[in-house]
Amino acid sequence: MSATAEKPALPGSLNTNRSLDRWLRFEADATLGVRVGKVELGQGILTALAQIAADELDLRLDQVRIVTASTEASPNEGMTSGSRSVEESGEALRYACAEVRALALEAAAHRLGVSIEKLQLAEGVFHAGGKQASYWDLAAEIDLAREASGRVSPKQASDLALVGRSAARIDLPAKVFGEPSYVQDIDLPGMVHGRVVRPVNYAATLSSVDAEAVRALPGVIAVVRDGNFLGVVAEREEQAIRAQAALAKGCRWDAPRGLPGEAKIYDYLLGCPVETAVISDKRDADAKSRADVTLQATYRKPYIAHASIGPSCAVARYDGDRFEIWSHSQGIFPLRGDMVKCLRVPAERIVVHHTDGSGCYGHNGADDVALDAALLARAASPRPVKVQWMREEEFGWEPFGPAMVMKLSASLDRSGAVVDWNHDVWSNPHSNRSGRGAGSTLIAAPHLAAPVPVSPPVDMPLPAGASHRNAIPLYDFPSEHVARHLITDTPLRISALRALGGFANVFAIESMMDELAASCGADPVAFRLRHLKDPRACAVIERAAQMAGWKAGEKGDGTRGRGIGFCKYKNLGSYCAVIAEVVLEQGLRVVRAWAAVDVGRVVNPDGVVNQIEGGIVQATSWTLKEAVRFDTDFVTSRQWADYPILTFGEAPHVQVSLIDRPEEPSKGAGEGAQGPTGGAIANALFNAIGVRVRELPLTRERIATAIG
Amino acid sequence: MPENYSLNVNGKSCSVQAEGDTPLLYVLRNDLKLKGARYGCGVGQCGACTVIMDGKDIYSCDTPLWAAAGKSIVTIEGLGTREQPHALQQAFIDEQAVQCGYCITGIIMAAKTLLDRTVHPTDAEIDAALERHLCRCGTHNRIRRAIHRAAQALDASR
Ligand code: FES
Ligand code: FES
Repeated sequence: MSATAEKPALPGSLNTNRSLDRWLRFEADATLGVRVGKVELGQGILTALAQIAADELDLRLDQVRIVTASTEASPNEGMTSGSRSVEESGEALRYACAEVRALALEAAAHRLGVSIEKLQLAEGVFHAGGKQASYWDLAAEIDLAREASGRVSPKQASDLALVGRSAARIDLPAKVFGEPSYVQDIDLPGMVHGRVVRPVNYAATLSSVDAEAVRALPGVIAVVRDGNFLGVVAEREEQAIRAQAALAKGCRWDAPRGLPGEAKIYDYLLGCPVETAVISDKRDADAKSRADVTLQATYRKPYIAHASIGPSCAVARYDGDRFEIWSHSQGIFPLRGDMVKCLRVPAERIVVHHTDGSGCYGHNGADDVALDAALLARAASPRPVKVQWMREEEFGWEPFGPAMVMKLSASLDRSGAVVDWNHDVWSNPHSNRSGRGAGSTLIAAPHLAAPVPVSPPVDMPLPAGASHRNAIPLYDFPSEHVARHLITDTPLRISALRALGGFANVFAIESMMDELAASCGADPVAFRLRHLKDPRACAVIERAAQMAGWKAGEKGDGTRGRGIGFCKYKNLGSYCAVIAEVVLEQGLRVVRAWAAVDVGRVVNPDGVVNQIEGGIVQATSWTLKEAVRFDTDFVTSRQWADYPILTFGEAPHVQVSLIDRPEEPSKGAGEGAQGPTGGAIANALFNAIGVRVRELPLTRERIATAIG
Repeated sequence: MPENYSLNVNGKSCSVQAEGDTPLLYVLRNDLKLKGARYGCGVGQCGACTVIMDGKDIYSCDTPLWAAAGKSIVTIEGLGTREQPHALQQAFIDEQAVQCGYCITGIIMAAKTLLDRTVHPTDAEIDAALERHLCRCGTHNRIRRAIHRAAQALDASR
């Protein structure tokens, strides 16, 4: 057994980053410097973490400064994903700060010559009988270069002043005033601009290229060819773009057509070999024998794009020895791991700094473009290179949320109770992130002249799960069988997209629950409550129904209707119920949505509401409009015109209500609303016109076909 | 061939040397170091690059430099500052109408021209004015609220 293995487990990410000074430092400018490995993705996490730290140490929020994550100085917290940041980073900070506060109290008592009980602490200053000393006065006497004990308890919920109250986002003013905020905005002295010419499809190899003509173009500094990887560097951005186009024109690719094409995709996937795992198997022959009505249905979800508004971007500098990289990656340490393999330099010679990017909603092209930039920086050394993917590169090459098929069947007894439930889900794995396996997952890795093998994607295990996330219903059924059929053949590049398989599984479960309720004439809200034991689950459903003024058995009027969806995210995270109101016009429009949410202890209420509102609008977009288009050659949806998302005129008015549970652990809010939203919309459509559409997106054509 | 172009940006004249067909967006971002207009698609489909030219909101990604020469251009940096925020910027902060914020500067610029024409826009008028602005984070509800709030503040200060 290793030494670390014998140490006690510490809360959250403190367990793997055990020294207090890895997290906290009293800075010379009278602020508390907080280093976390989690990164801002537009979800407001840094504000929530600052609230936690300020509260434990009795500081004002503006006395806390969150230091941008970098592989040089930050704790390694792996990925910022899965809505786990408050649990992992937040817990670590609570305990680290509580311990530092206790150490400071001792030091202050000593310095001021009073007992600890006599000390008052406000805004970072200890007071006793007219004397005072601040954290910063005492900093030299507080030894932070020590391992956390995890034994000092954080404050009780009732003693918190900041946590639980809405705090304005600390990163927001810069963004509203147009100050440089994103990796796209980095402007280093001497910086030049890079662009990459990708192969024409996933399988293409370069047979010839005319680089000479491109080298002669104005401003061109370098044309890089490394196997099938091709790029240009130029003085000015528009020159790089022109050189990119010219280089692309001068290439000949050997490009076998290797995709099934969108029309055949579900048949193709269902025909692939699978690894099957039964993930729930509850048998009750007696209950099953009471089956009176059995329903069967197949639900489908296409590939969905992350579709960040700002295409992926990175800046890299190579000084002949060290690479320095600025990236909007969700995991700077795992990314560095892949860089080591692709650049063939040791980790000590690669620094990755996090810089905000456009919202990513999962694993987009952030990591891939970082390698592109590093490869081009080598050619422009020592000048820094910014690589900005063009819109069509982002849409063509980003890893998509996988297509999925869910086959469900369920039986009711004569009383309208579910007595048997079966759910089979077919899906690719949901994670192709960097930092795993012997190879790399970065786009350019296998294109290099000395190719780095591609690490196959993985599917995270239960209980959180990935393709099978939320496939096990939270409803209480006497007999159930749930199986996951994992397809490892990945025709399109795929990876983690917000909520992973949870979106499609909940869409299927909630649709089937509605179909069952309709078949026995039950009210969909009452039907769900009847099958739930968990009081927190019931509470969000009841609250949503109350907000919407839901009337038992309410029916749509032939164009307008309402429906409900629910889930407990990952079956371990937040609870969320959504009611959607739709109207069938030219196509389906979601007019309004009401959501009730329980994330346990709420750190920043307005931050949670913002996340839920956004989650509902984005999931409305997925449900009504989105599908990646592709033929047998490659992705064909390469601009917004080919991949439309929800517009202002189509965005529902959303109302959110939080159920605060100060004594329950905090859970992330970013991914809880998507599945319920998808289900609620499909159910509202049925409620409106009596027709069920089981394949996403719920387009006008699909609805027309279903109406017949 | 690169040529000299005179521009008026945020009330200041300046000159840049570039090819006439260079998108205004790159001139603003790279030559003038104004990063508030952002690249989203480069083909006029997302609105992230929106600035105001002679009082009209335009996409700077598909406006060539030659077409911007001699015109009066306002970018988000010219709208307000931290010390003296424009009513829209204050309202976006008050409503916390941002998630990642990448789309926000373009949206604020479009909202500015909307409020110039319409003192109290309805939701429908806001939606119409922002029809060609995409926000992937789903911040639409807050953006509408922020624009209403700014309209009220501007009206009150008149
Ligand atoms: S970047 Fe100009 S409209 Fe998208
Ligand atoms: S706030 Fe992220 S795209 Fe609008």
